[in-house]
Amino acid sequence: MKYSVLLGTLAAVGLAAGAASAGTLDDVKAKGSLQCGVSTGLAGFSYTDADGEWLGFDVAVCRAVAAAIFGDASAVNFTPLSSKVRFTALAAGEIDMLSRNTTWTLTRDVDLGFTFVGVNYYDGQGFMVPASLGVSSAMELDGATVCIQTGTTTELNLADFFRTNGMSYEPLPVETVAEAQQNYLAGACDVYTTDASGLAATRSTFEDPSAHVVLPEIISKEPLGPVVREGDEVWGDVVRWTLYALVAAEEYGLTAENVAEIAAGEPDPNVARMLGAEGNLGEMLGLPNDWAVKAIEAGGNYGEIFDEYLTPVGLQRGLNALYTEGGLQYAPPFR
Amino acid sequence: MTAVTEPPQQSFRIEMLWTDARYRSGFLQVIALMLVMLAVAWVVDNTIRNLEALGKDFDFSFLFAPASYDINQVLIDYTSRSPHWRAALVGMLNTLILAFVGCITCTIIGVIAGVLRLSKNWVVSRLMLVYIEAARNVPLLLQILLWGAIFSETMPAPRDYRGEEPAATLWFDAIAATNRGFYIPRPLFEAGSGVVVGVFVASLIGLFIWNRWRKAHQNATGQTLTPRLEQIGKGFAVPAGLAVAWLFFPGFDQGTLAIAIKAVVALGLGAGSAWLLYTFNTLSVRLAILSVPAVLAFFVMGSPITLAYPELRGFNFLDGEGQAIYLRNSFMALWLALSLYTGAFVAEIVRGGILAVSKGQSEAAAALGLRPNLIMSLVILPQALRIIIPPQISQFLNLTKNTSLAIAIGYMDVTGTLGGITMNQTGREMECMLLLMAFYLVISLTISAVINAYNERVKLKER
Repeated sequence: MKYSVLLGTLAAVGLAAGAASAGTLDDVKAKGSLQCGVSTGLAGFSYTDADGEWLGFDVAVCRAVAAAIFGDASAVNFTPLSSKVRFTALAAGEIDMLSRNTTWTLTRDVDLGFTFVGVNYYDGQGFMVPASLGVSSAMELDGATVCIQTGTTTELNLADFFRTNGMSYEPLPVETVAEAQQNYLAGACDVYTTDASGLAATRSTFEDPSAHVVLPEIISKEPLGPVVREGDEVWGDVVRWTLYALVAAEEYGLTAENVAEIAAGEPDPNVARMLGAEGNLGEMLGLPNDWAVKAIEAGGNYGEIFDEYLTPVGLQRGLNALYTEGGLQYAPPFR
Repeated sequence: MTAVTEPPQQSFRIEMLWTDARYRSGFLQVIALMLVMLAVAWVVDNTIRNLEALGKDFDFSFLFAPASYDINQVLIDYTSRSPHWRAALVGMLNTLILAFVGCITCTIIGVIAGVLRLSKNWVVSRLMLVYIEAARNVPLLLQILLWGAIFSETMPAPRDYRGEEPAATLWFDAIAATNRGFYIPRPLFEAGSGVVVGVFVASLIGLFIWNRWRKAHQNATGQTLTPRLEQIGKGFAVPAGLAVAWLFFPGFDQGTLAIAIKAVVALGLGAGSAWLLYTFNTLSVRLAILSVPAVLAFFVMGSPITLAYPELRGFNFLDGEGQAIYLRNSFMALWLALSLYTGAFVAEIVRGGILAVSKGQSEAAAALGLRPNLIMSLVILPQALRIIIPPQISQFLNLTKNTSLAIAIGYMDVTGTLGGITMNQTGREMECMLLLMAFYLVISLTISAVINAYNERVKLKER
């Protein structure tokens, strides 16, 4: 009998452990803060200021989600993750969401058990070389040593690019951007390859950015976006629609300054539904009705966030302009 | 009426499981076994439940899909089209080669440092103390990163070797030291080199036979060859040295510098041979058996073994088939750091082993008339080895397992391929980790088994 009691207890513990990871939104509300995975440091996307405060384009997404849930953009804790450990951390429930310039691919979406809730930056893989090397095209890189972050899609694109073009190369695997930068500047590799946005951001931190050139070839599609665990649609919807709210806010001309004012006034019906002045969209998401107001107030709309963090490191809107301006950023209707 | 005292009934009662010493230990062991099995069952059950909750299955078929990534150091054929299991194999070989060279150098460093640590020379012993304490008290990861940084920051870039007046030149015209690694000459075996190798192998066999004969001779007659060899050697030393110097002496039809260098080399060779002969003993004979026939065969066959020197083309020096051997910085830094770190522990083990042999042993050996080096090799070392070898196994195991720090500086060992990129790209954490653990377990057990077998040979035989 003792045996079965023991077995029963053990089984109950096992079940409880499994059940604990059921509703992420409820878990986050119960914790009182959001746990967000970001990169270990990439200018423009996620970095810390002198006070240790996390800032950046990817960080702003986390803050907007926290603001939508709690009405407080600071109710978020950040976990810096290398490209290698990010998925393990998310799968294991160490973080609630991953906002870490992560490329949306079929394998990651389907086989790894994650859900990409949207794209906050359309990117592509490029190459950076020192100008003194005298290289003007990626086709001239045969035999070069290439610094590459392990565990990324860029690693696979790189192998395909060199193989299909009949060139050889020597990979120098590194774990973080900082490590890549150190090796690249020491000349231990001729080329640094990663998403073009990452190259521009890294280059902007160099002592003399003009001594380095980003080659014209873009060898892949890299749609980067926030990721959550698969199978928790409620939570996925919260992150997805918070991201869309930021994009829609730019489209409707809502900014961090004027959004509260507009919500209190008599806005256009589309805006009114999104901001909770009309209908119950917030309630459907399991959030307060002014969720979108808080999310936009946290750091501004998509365009404001882009201008604040990515324009200074030299990135253009390009593909990331609104669809109305020839870009790909498009939010479905709030209805 | 007589009371018949019957022997107490041996019937089994349930309390006897814990009151009777005959059953108690067995009973407790069964309980312990059941608890262990329960714990294992719970872990497995919990894993399966949680994997299910995450929507993951347990499947090794990913190993046969193309890996799609490249690896820098490959010892077998590998391209990005090869399957994941082959990438894992490449990583395993990289781990093994690092562990193999690391174990050899850490032993050499450790033995030298351990013996010097016992030196009566104050400066030498203190220097070794500083090395040992510094190397074993600084975390290994920091040492690896330090050596990696030293190599990549201080060495010239490959492009510094280019141009009319290059900023850097090859060491000894043969070794290219760059911030990406070292390029060393690769021996190229051309037609006829088989003969040279064959002669060398024959020399090895000859050496083995000669050793057997020498021991048998000493056992039979009680005499060593040394005095007679010394007599012969002293007679021939001077003429042989002159002959060698004359043989290698260059003609005078070259530039002054070339003549000077070659003359120095010839005189050095002559002096070396003279010295070898003058101190003729069994070691010199062994060296001669090993080298002389192979060197003669090499020249008779018209120098069939040549060297491929580093050649700069494009971004890098060439490596691979028919080109220089490329020792990457990551490999060199790991090798150095692992050897120095583990060597410090080995040094202490060696010192302890030697100190553990009673002083009376060496005094007794000296009283028998043995010379100091014979005392070391015949009396001290065999006894010290018995103490040194068992802890030495754990040092080898430590070194092997510490190679898993390799990814910190971009060396693609099995933790970097199977446990790094493959795991990350396929999302098969559980499968990859199990394979990785199995690999390290097998390697560790193999090393233990090999050294335990050696330990059986040298340990005290009690008859």
